[in-house]
Amino acid sequence: MLILHCPFCGPRDHSEFLYGGDARRTRPAPDDADGARWHDYVFLRDNPRGTHVEHWQHIHGCRAWLTVTRDTVTHEILAVTAARPAAAAGDGR
Amino acid sequence: MSDQPLRMAAGGRIDRSRRLVFHFDGRRMAGHPGDTLASALLANGVRLVGRSFKYHRPRGILSAGPEEPNALVTLRSGARAEPNTRATMAELFDGLEAESQHRWPSLRFDAGALNDVVSPFLPAGFYYKTFMGPRPDTRVWMWFEKHIRRAAGLGRASTAPDPDHYAKAHGFADVLVVGGGPAGLAAALAAADGGARVVLAEQMPALGGGLADRWSADGVRWLAEAKAALAAHPSVTVLTRTTVAGWYDGNVFSCVERVADHLPEPAPFQPRQRLHILRARQAVIATGAIEQPLVFADNDRPGVMLAAAAAAFPARYGVRPGRRAVVATTNDGGYDSAFALMDAGVELAAIADSRADPPVWARARAAGAGVPVLAGWTVLGAVIGLADPQVCAADLGPLDGGGGRRVACDLIAVSGGWAPAVHLLSQQGNRPAFDTERAAFLPGPLAPGQHAAGAVTGHGDDTAQCIAQGLVAGAAAAAAADAPARSRVALRRPAPLPAAARAGVAIRPVGEAPDPPWGRIRKFVDLQNDVTVKDIALANREGYASVEHLKRYTTLGMGTDQGKTANPAGMALLARQQGRPVAALGTTRFRPPYTPVALGALHGAEVGATLAPVRRTALHDRHLAAGAVMAEAGLWMRPWYYPLAGEDMDAAYRREAAHVRAACGIVDVSTLGKIDVQGPDAALFLDRVYANRMDTLKVGRVRYGLMLREDGFLMDDGTVARLAETQYFVTTTTAQAAPVLSMLEYLLEVAWPDLRVHVASITDQWAAMAVAGPHSRAVLAAALDGIDLATEALGHMGWAEGRCAGAPVRVHRASFSGELAYEVFCPTGFGEHVWDRLMAAGADHDLRPYGTEAMATLRIEKGHIAGAEIDGRTTAADVGLGRMASARKSYTGSVLKERPDLVDPARPRLVGLEVVDASARIGNGALLFGDGDPCRGHGLGHVTSVTWSPVRGRYIGLGLLSGGLDRLGERLIADEPVRGRRSLVTVVDPVFYDPAGEKLHA
Repeated sequence: MLILHCPFCGPRDHSEFLYGGDARRTRPAPDDADGARWHDYVFLRDNPRGTHVEHWQHIHGCRAWLTVTRDTVTHEILAVTAARPAAAAGDGR
Repeated sequence: MSDQPLRMAAGGRIDRSRRLVFHFDGRRMAGHPGDTLASALLANGVRLVGRSFKYHRPRGILSAGPEEPNALVTLRSGARAEPNTRATMAELFDGLEAESQHRWPSLRFDAGALNDVVSPFLPAGFYYKTFMGPRPDTRVWMWFEKHIRRAAGLGRASTAPDPDHYAKAHGFADVLVVGGGPAGLAAALAAADGGARVVLAEQMPALGGGLADRWSADGVRWLAEAKAALAAHPSVTVLTRTTVAGWYDGNVFSCVERVADHLPEPAPFQPRQRLHILRARQAVIATGAIEQPLVFADNDRPGVMLAAAAAAFPARYGVRPGRRAVVATTNDGGYDSAFALMDAGVELAAIADSRADPPVWARARAAGAGVPVLAGWTVLGAVIGLADPQVCAADLGPLDGGGGRRVACDLIAVSGGWAPAVHLLSQQGNRPAFDTERAAFLPGPLAPGQHAAGAVTGHGDDTAQCIAQGLVAGAAAAAAADAPARSRVALRRPAPLPAAARAGVAIRPVGEAPDPPWGRIRKFVDLQNDVTVKDIALANREGYASVEHLKRYTTLGMGTDQGKTANPAGMALLARQQGRPVAALGTTRFRPPYTPVALGALHGAEVGATLAPVRRTALHDRHLAAGAVMAEAGLWMRPWYYPLAGEDMDAAYRREAAHVRAACGIVDVSTLGKIDVQGPDAALFLDRVYANRMDTLKVGRVRYGLMLREDGFLMDDGTVARLAETQYFVTTTTAQAAPVLSMLEYLLEVAWPDLRVHVASITDQWAAMAVAGPHSRAVLAAALDGIDLATEALGHMGWAEGRCAGAPVRVHRASFSGELAYEVFCPTGFGEHVWDRLMAAGADHDLRPYGTEAMATLRIEKGHIAGAEIDGRTTAADVGLGRMASARKSYTGSVLKERPDLVDPARPRLVGLEVVDASARIGNGALLFGDGDPCRGHGLGHVTSVTWSPVRGRYIGLGLLSGGLDRLGERLIADEPVRGRRSLVTVVDPVFYDPAGEKLHA
């Protein structure tokens, strides 16, 4: 029942989006052979009470991956930006 | 008995010029348009309408609205039968049929009433203690459960398909006003006046709330003017018969509009109910308050009624709820109801006021009418007739004990004060707090976007006050909504009401009344769930001391009414048990829905064929024309098999598969996921994604590819064709098309934004059909132009472009079946054209279509994996493809697939299985055990895919087996306890057919 303000499509119902999980993780480099780093990236998550930064994809719209800031207590959507750094910086896609 | 003996000659909002005939338990009666089933039953002198949940006690009508706990009936018959319908909410229509519930053989003589006699042995928690306790064997409960369930429970739903249809409407409002009483009406007026787009939802058929239940000239005038002003305003939508059932995150409300429930059946094309999914910027909660009963001996008898409800029956329906009434109250409001009953012609025998000092104005009016007011008294018990289980007298007595008196009456009207209807606010996390002065839970601090007005605030003591609060709340909501500026429409506000003369809210909190001077008594707290005062004491004694535990242990506040007339007294009594103030206990949190909602309203049109979208390939009609039996694959429809006359599925797929190996077949593979990957870094990108090398793939070639998840397990397989240095054509399995695309997009946007690659789904843009079998080259040669099909020109895993009767096609020489085979891709719009041309060209070569079942047979014979083997728990090594994973590069999953447990040699690995006895049959999911070992536990592995193999002449399968091909030649038991089947199988190589690959290289 949430509305996400997609930066490309405008306000849309959350049923148009795919949840993509924690956005504060950093994927190890493609050639990173360190098993511990991959383990932490794949399996470890914080479960914060309050502000949570997460990825969503607008699968039934522009298909852009978005970075969404959501309050896990109130479900308030605090911010939505494009996940792609250039697009988020306003350089377009 | 005369027709409608308790119907008044005048009064009420009913149409006396028309008679409606209805049946209750087969008895034919009459009522009028405007009646509810409850009012029509009362008009006809019927007061026994049901039996209670646990003790089968006779029950009547307690209320006149949605809070009704007792008067639940099964409305209508056949497929439209709806159990547990509140008679107080069911509007009367001609021909209405209703049945009482939960009685056998009849309402008056109910065998289950024996439970009432043995009730000392059925305390709260009885079933848990008796059947669930330390006793380890749950079979005892399993045996008793079905009998207990039959004895308890409410009505039974129809098992026939629902003949009605339901609609959903998505709406938006600046301001939603919940409740159409004076506060809500005023709020809607003020909000509209403030420029807001307003929706007003009222659960009853008529607006007015409590205002419409009281006869005052000023009130009637104000209501008429308010309704006219709202009706004339273009930005106001008024929804009556509409219950706001839920309030969800983002200010989304579910509002159930009963569009046609007041009609015998919906008109053509009319939905029975409509679910409004409404988003509102601001909400004004004007849901009013619910009058609470008193707790005294046998307070559940037919003839005990809430006082305001008793007064509403004459006002709304022109029905006297009794002939001679006793009113018992804890507050001033009880007098309003008492005098309204008197004005309606009900004889008032006495008023018992639990307070020591009843208000002067009320004493004066009662004295003038010769009605005794008994201060400090209450009703101790309801007395019923010997033959007739309804009220014939009330035992009254002082609260502090001492002698009482029995007063003959047929109606005991009770008012235990008013509980604000805080349910919706509670759903949104509001924590109501107990107000000692008003002896009620009042809403806690409101969050932004929330407003409240009227009796729900606990401070709406008279109509003028409610209206004033509504005006303030509505104006505030409109201002806070910050609605887009739109032209203001002048709104004619009704002239205000004169302020009420009375002030003060003196109330004596509800407690348990002293015992009357008889033997065995029972004082009910929750009428619907048969929870008594003793049950609450017992629960507290046994440690269920919090309100949430009390609810779960005793069922207080559960059921279809969710304790609307039970929770306040339950909390008060629990608090008294603990010697604590009610405020210290708190109250349970309410959850949606506010009142019961038909499942039909929730699914709306999403049922049956319209449950989900259907995806059809370009060749769908060709399959139907060829007589295919279709099967669902996700949202897709795929041809399963093409039976000839007299063939069942087994015969059809076996024939189709054998035909492919002997001659030639064609199968629609358009549902494969297809992704266009383009860009200067496309080769690098795919090399990072696939476990095997993709950068070395040459233009003009196709390669089978494996994709892992980041955790090292298999994600998907498919083919990759390199169309140009910077362009690849990727296929995925049908099931994984969407997840794979999302993952590729994630990697490009989030993980590797520096890669110059774009991906796009082209699944729907390309039709695809596989032509397989020894004759397939000849078929294509006849059908296609511009492609050299000789192996030297187009070898295995090569591709070429050409034409098919003018249409552009691309042919991949790839084989899933193990035969010489080609996949023919063409733009979707040419799909039928190309299919037709291939079929025509194939006529000389015995080309026949085959379905997904035969396709599975062919791939199992060839040992190819599919979804059953890539089940999210298998690695590439598990399915025998470990060597495909490149050791020379990093790729998604390359690190974590080396985790110790994933390289454990004892992991189940892919094997082929073949039944020993050629007549035996095995199925998917069979567990594998060593021959001679007991078939217990999870065994050595399981069977993943099964088919009858034309090549082997028996059932074969693929399986995941601990030890894998180290067990080659071993005999195992394939155990299927669910199917009651057990067969001997031999472990064989998973490639049953042409292990050297001579056929596909032919």
